[in-house]
Amino acid sequence: MKRIAIVVVVLLGVVGASLAVGAGNQIDTLRKAAIDREPEAPAIAQVENNDIRRKRAYPMQPPTIPHKIDGYQVDLKVNRCMACHSRHRTEASQAPMVSVTHFMDRDGNFLAEISARRYFCQQCHVPQTNARPLLANDFHDIDDLLRASQSPSQQH
Amino acid sequence: MKAFLRKYWRVITSPSRYYSLGFLTLGGFTMGIIFWGGFNTAMEFTNTETFCVSCHENIYDELQQTIHFTNRSGVRAICSSCHVPHDWTDKIARKMQASKEVWAWVTGSISTPEKFEARRLALAQHEWARLKANDSLECRNCHEFSYMDFTRQSPRAVNMHSTALASGDKTCIDCHKGIAHRLPDMSDVHGF
Repeated sequence: MKRIAIVVVVLLGVVGASLAVGAGNQIDTLRKAAIDREPEAPAIAQVENNDIRRKRAYPMQPPTIPHKIDGYQVDLKVNRCMACHSRHRTEASQAPMVSVTHFMDRDGNFLAEISARRYFCQQCHVPQTNARPLLANDFHDIDDLLRASQSPSQQH
Repeated sequence: MKAFLRKYWRVITSPSRYYSLGFLTLGGFTMGIIFWGGFNTAMEFTNTETFCVSCHENIYDELQQTIHFTNRSGVRAICSSCHVPHDWTDKIARKMQASKEVWAWVTGSISTPEKFEARRLALAQHEWARLKANDSLECRNCHEFSYMDFTRQSPRAVNMHSTALASGDKTCIDCHKGIAHRLPDMSDVHGF
């Protein structure tokens, strides 16, 4: 009886250890180096600066920023983004105006200026870089899904 | 007093009694070089970064985070590149104005970061007004419009530079504020 108990405990230990090793390998995939090694940092990616608007992945997606924003000051004193994108600056700058949702407070009331909760542009809007994705992206937008559901033969 | 002045007038107007004409002309010439060289060297010293930063430390920290301090090509601007005219006469005029700023430093009118923040807008407006008046000369000393290659600028920059800047309607400082320092409260400033 005692011998059987020892065998069971050893087996459990082996199974547990192999599971732990498996999990370790998964964590290792992005890092690509042993835990005691300092992997070489990837080159810093270049920020896209072509002023070409990207397609949105879904209708409510905050549009990405198609230009550099190096050193843009957004704080209590000034919002550099709004020097072009605010309502009264768009004629001179020809930049897209911030959408009307930005003028709404949390209760849906429209304010004269952008709402405080929308003040920090980069909470939602970000510039894009030429960095290669670390993982493949299998996101399908709603059009793909609708098309797929209408004609089951054309499934992706 | 009158007698004193008359005595010196006589010394200056009468011919030299002991020194030769050659000594006086050559001596005057040499002393002139030493004085003029010394004057300009001293003035150039007040144009160095070390001299400026000996008082303006906080603002120097801000500069260090901008492209005018560190960039890909290593060409950089020091304080005087932008804040002091490069032309000699204009430089002298600016240096004389700056003597008032020495008084402000002595009396400690901007002796704490808080006092500086309170006056940041007014101080910035002085510089904006100066650059607006001289058509952003200190910018153009490096960024000369005639040599700008629009094909190497972003579409957004080409749009602005080929229209408003090219026509002389706007000058650099109209848009490029806060490129070397943090901006003050801009809520009442045109263009923000």
